[in-house]
Amino acid sequence: MASVTATATAIRRGTGRVRRSWLIVGTLVAWVLLWIPLRGHDTLPLPVAQLRPLHQRLNDLNVYIGNHRASSPFFTGFVNVIRSGIADLTTFLQSLISQPSYDRPVPVVGWLGVVALAVLVGYVLANLRMAVLAGVGFACFGLLGVWQESMDTLAATLAAVLICLLIGLPLGVWMGLSRAVERTLTPVLDFMQAMPTFVYLAPLTLFFLIGPASAVIATFVYAVPPVIRITAHGIRGVPESALESSRSLGATGWQSLRTVRLPMARRTIVLGINQTTMCALSMVTIAALIGAPGLGQVVVHALETLDVGTAFNAGLGIVIMAIVLDRVTTAASVRVEQGYRRGVGAAGLGGSLGGRLSRRAGRRLLLAGLGVLAVVAVYLSYTFVWAAVFPASDSGGLLGSGVVRGINAVDHWVQLHLNSVTDGIKNVASYGLINPLQSLIADSPWYLTCAVVVAICLAVAGPRTLPVTAICLALLIGSGVWQDAMVTLSATLLATVMVMVLGVVFGVWMGRSDRVDRVLRPVLDAAQVMPAFVYLVPFLGLFGTSRFTAIVAAVVFAAPVAVKLIADGVRGVPAEVVESAASSGSTAWQTIVKVQLPMARRALTLAANQGLIYVLSMVVVGGLVGGGALGYLVVAGFSQISLFGKGLAAGVAIVMLGILLDRITQGAARRGGARSGRSYWMGRTY
Amino acid sequence: MTGVTGDATLDVTGLWKVFGPKPDRVVGTPLAALSRAELRERTGCVAAVRDISFTVAANEVFVVMGLSGSGKSTLVRCLTRLIEPTAGSVRYDGDDIREADPRRLRELRRHRFAMVFQHFGLLPHRRVIDNIGYGLEVRGVRKDERYRRAGEVLDLVGLSGYADYFPDQLSGGMQQRVGLGRALAVDPEILFFDEPFSALDPLIRRDMQNEVIRLHHEVGKTMVFITHDLHEALRLGDRILIMRDGAMVQVGRPDEVVGAPADDYVRDFVADVPKSHVLTIRWVMRPVRADDPLDGPELGPDVVVRDAARLVLGASSPVRVVSGGQLLGLVDDDAILRVIVVDDERRGASRAVAAGVDTAEAGAGTAETAAVEG
Repeated sequence: MASVTATATAIRRGTGRVRRSWLIVGTLVAWVLLWIPLRGHDTLPLPVAQLRPLHQRLNDLNVYIGNHRASSPFFTGFVNVIRSGIADLTTFLQSLISQPSYDRPVPVVGWLGVVALAVLVGYVLANLRMAVLAGVGFACFGLLGVWQESMDTLAATLAAVLICLLIGLPLGVWMGLSRAVERTLTPVLDFMQAMPTFVYLAPLTLFFLIGPASAVIATFVYAVPPVIRITAHGIRGVPESALESSRSLGATGWQSLRTVRLPMARRTIVLGINQTTMCALSMVTIAALIGAPGLGQVVVHALETLDVGTAFNAGLGIVIMAIVLDRVTTAASVRVEQGYRRGVGAAGLGGSLGGRLSRRAGRRLLLAGLGVLAVVAVYLSYTFVWAAVFPASDSGGLLGSGVVRGINAVDHWVQLHLNSVTDGIKNVASYGLINPLQSLIADSPWYLTCAVVVAICLAVAGPRTLPVTAICLALLIGSGVWQDAMVTLSATLLATVMVMVLGVVFGVWMGRSDRVDRVLRPVLDAAQVMPAFVYLVPFLGLFGTSRFTAIVAAVVFAAPVAVKLIADGVRGVPAEVVESAASSGSTAWQTIVKVQLPMARRALTLAANQGLIYVLSMVVVGGLVGGGALGYLVVAGFSQISLFGKGLAAGVAIVMLGILLDRITQGAARRGGARSGRSYWMGRTY
Repeated sequence: MTGVTGDATLDVTGLWKVFGPKPDRVVGTPLAALSRAELRERTGCVAAVRDISFTVAANEVFVVMGLSGSGKSTLVRCLTRLIEPTAGSVRYDGDDIREADPRRLRELRRHRFAMVFQHFGLLPHRRVIDNIGYGLEVRGVRKDERYRRAGEVLDLVGLSGYADYFPDQLSGGMQQRVGLGRALAVDPEILFFDEPFSALDPLIRRDMQNEVIRLHHEVGKTMVFITHDLHEALRLGDRILIMRDGAMVQVGRPDEVVGAPADDYVRDFVADVPKSHVLTIRWVMRPVRADDPLDGPELGPDVVVRDAARLVLGASSPVRVVSGGQLLGLVDDDAILRVIVVDDERRGASRAVAAGVDTAEAGAGTAETAAVEG
């Protein structure tokens, strides 16, 4: 039945779609034809060092705020209080594990204590395997010679996660209980998540200065939506039958929450904490640009000096931390699920009473042992230098210096011997794809580009999206960095096309083969967990600083989301429809092109939407490795006081681009009969 | 299980539940007279419960029956205000529950009534014993007292030894025993059952019905029982209320419903019931004629036809139906055979139609299944 209806709908939609695609082709042809004579006119260019009045006014605002920071009650009574509170929290955590503190040359807890605590926490939250993973992972930080930086990153991440949970969990519960709160919060969270990570930074420094406080707040803004959303989702997802039975016995609202909703949503909530933790780590590394301490700083400095080896080493530290945090919190969510039945256990029915008891006793014993070990280790690391300072940390760590040297050697070798290959690839892509597209978009007169965008918006997303599109275009022009925005747009579009190609190829492959799915899915999951920053490093090593490097990093960053969405879409096509196609003699190619891809249309538009947003956020970060344009302006805004206003305007332009692309693709998805894909945002697990 | 004893515990008058925008404008206006479909068309409102009135006596088992969508589940939720009624009154021993404030309502729910749900509504993260003790916990009973009482109930519902299991380790029937135990644990005055056994397979369902009958004998609660299964209704109910499209079609004892259906809808419904199991000889007796021999044996009017059959068929003269020393009528072979033969034909026919379906339940069960699921 369902497939029949779907087919009928497809036939009805068919004519409309054909007309629409002709409209798009026509628009593009007209664009190229008009571009030839008009090229280079009215492109609204602006050299890096030049400012428009708007940028100057923003600079003045920055100065004005700077002058009143110590006197205005808004600052002394509010902003500064928050800033010092958060800074104190971060400093406190740092003094515990990373920075010399309390008149001591070393932090309170040295490496031995921290490693032992990591093992203990891994065991308490999850199981022995995770405990070992945590211990080995933490030891790696020391071996790589980035112990202190890792602990700084960890401290900042923990501070942000703490604040996220403190605010996010109650808010999530409230949102899960009240439709009104949900309606109010949803657009806010949408907006927070749709903004590329980079753009929080500048406005925050305006109020909270460059430093750990701004970094932690930026991290909070980026990382809090998942825990709110997923907690609300879990609270709301509790079956009505359980709630009703509790109500029928006279439970108060609070009793229902405590005895029914919270326990039944426990697993989902822990998954939310997992997502928030991973977001926080990712953002803490990027927030190095505005003074977040730790590994991100090392990466940024190394990127600036093109020291690929050091960047790689620190990146490795970030990857290890991501793996440890992700695995432990994921395992914790599984454990929470089983936790309440520790008494009986899933195998408890079959297993003997004795076996069950001894397993419990074993866990308790091990727990006690690890606890004692941790206490001893903490004491030792508090008292003795050998247990406080990781061995060989002065010389770059036991492995670290080797990694740095090795990677630099490889990089050197690549540049010597593979230069022709990598340059070849880069040049082909640059001259064959990037330059023509950039020229078309950025060298067109602004009115021509605007007209094209409006036409495509109408064709793809329909008139409902028109007002938003018009506002975004107007603000892009108003931001004074129109041409830079167009350069960024061209890079984003190009990268998104590549993401979609990868997505379709691998997504279809995964969707059609269980084996491929089993192999690729964990890889993609891991890739999604990695903080955006680490993607820059290997490509910088291969391709040097260029627009191409930024685009490739963005493609690799965004591909996992698109691949998974398309794979799920292909997988979601009912088996009997595929079978019926096969039984009527379709080749595999025909099945893919005529059945699976058309029926996975919703997933395709969703993948395009998510791919665009991911790509945009990464293309902007690519400003650090030669991506230029808006990303570069944002970074420059942090480092040069005279460019502050321009950087801020570039941030606004990024937001406008983001909203523009998001609305148009969402509109297309809506037209294709798809609902909003927000729940796919963080990709995994929910 | 016949007869109504004691005073009315539960007294429902003019109860309405209208879902949709501005439901208040429907009740007490000409709109109220519209059919469900018309009302929906005109106002966008759905009248799930329309002007229902009945009383339930202490210790009575009162069954509300109807097909899905007839509003019976909404009705039972209105009785405990799990769904807020739109109009009418629901009185427990004279107290109108609709006037209770949230605190008072909670008190009532904690102490005076409890409910058993179609999909059990168990808490998957709690052991059986903690599920059963949940009502007591909510009420604030101390832990040891709670476990003591829950342990007693565990035995009562036949789950001894399963205290430490989790609901998903139990079969459907056992899960519903937990649901039943949870309701009994708070020692309520009234038990509400919302289609408690319709998610269970037929054999287990029969078991559980017997369980309810046994419990009713042992603990003697007032029960309001919702079902879509006519056979279940006839087995359990002292009286039955039949609902259709939210409105009341008939209320009466099982033999009244079968013997004197209020309209074609009910007649259709009860057509396949084995009448000899339900009808009393009051319904098949004929008036005394002048030439009748009056030397036959004597029976009361409330004897079920099936039980009277042997005596009637064995006697040489018609059986006299006597109540309070007064001769009400006569029952002869012909009357008995008419009921039994019709039953037998029905049973054969329905067996041929749906061979293999619940033969133990014979006519009624099969017809019911077909009517509800078809």
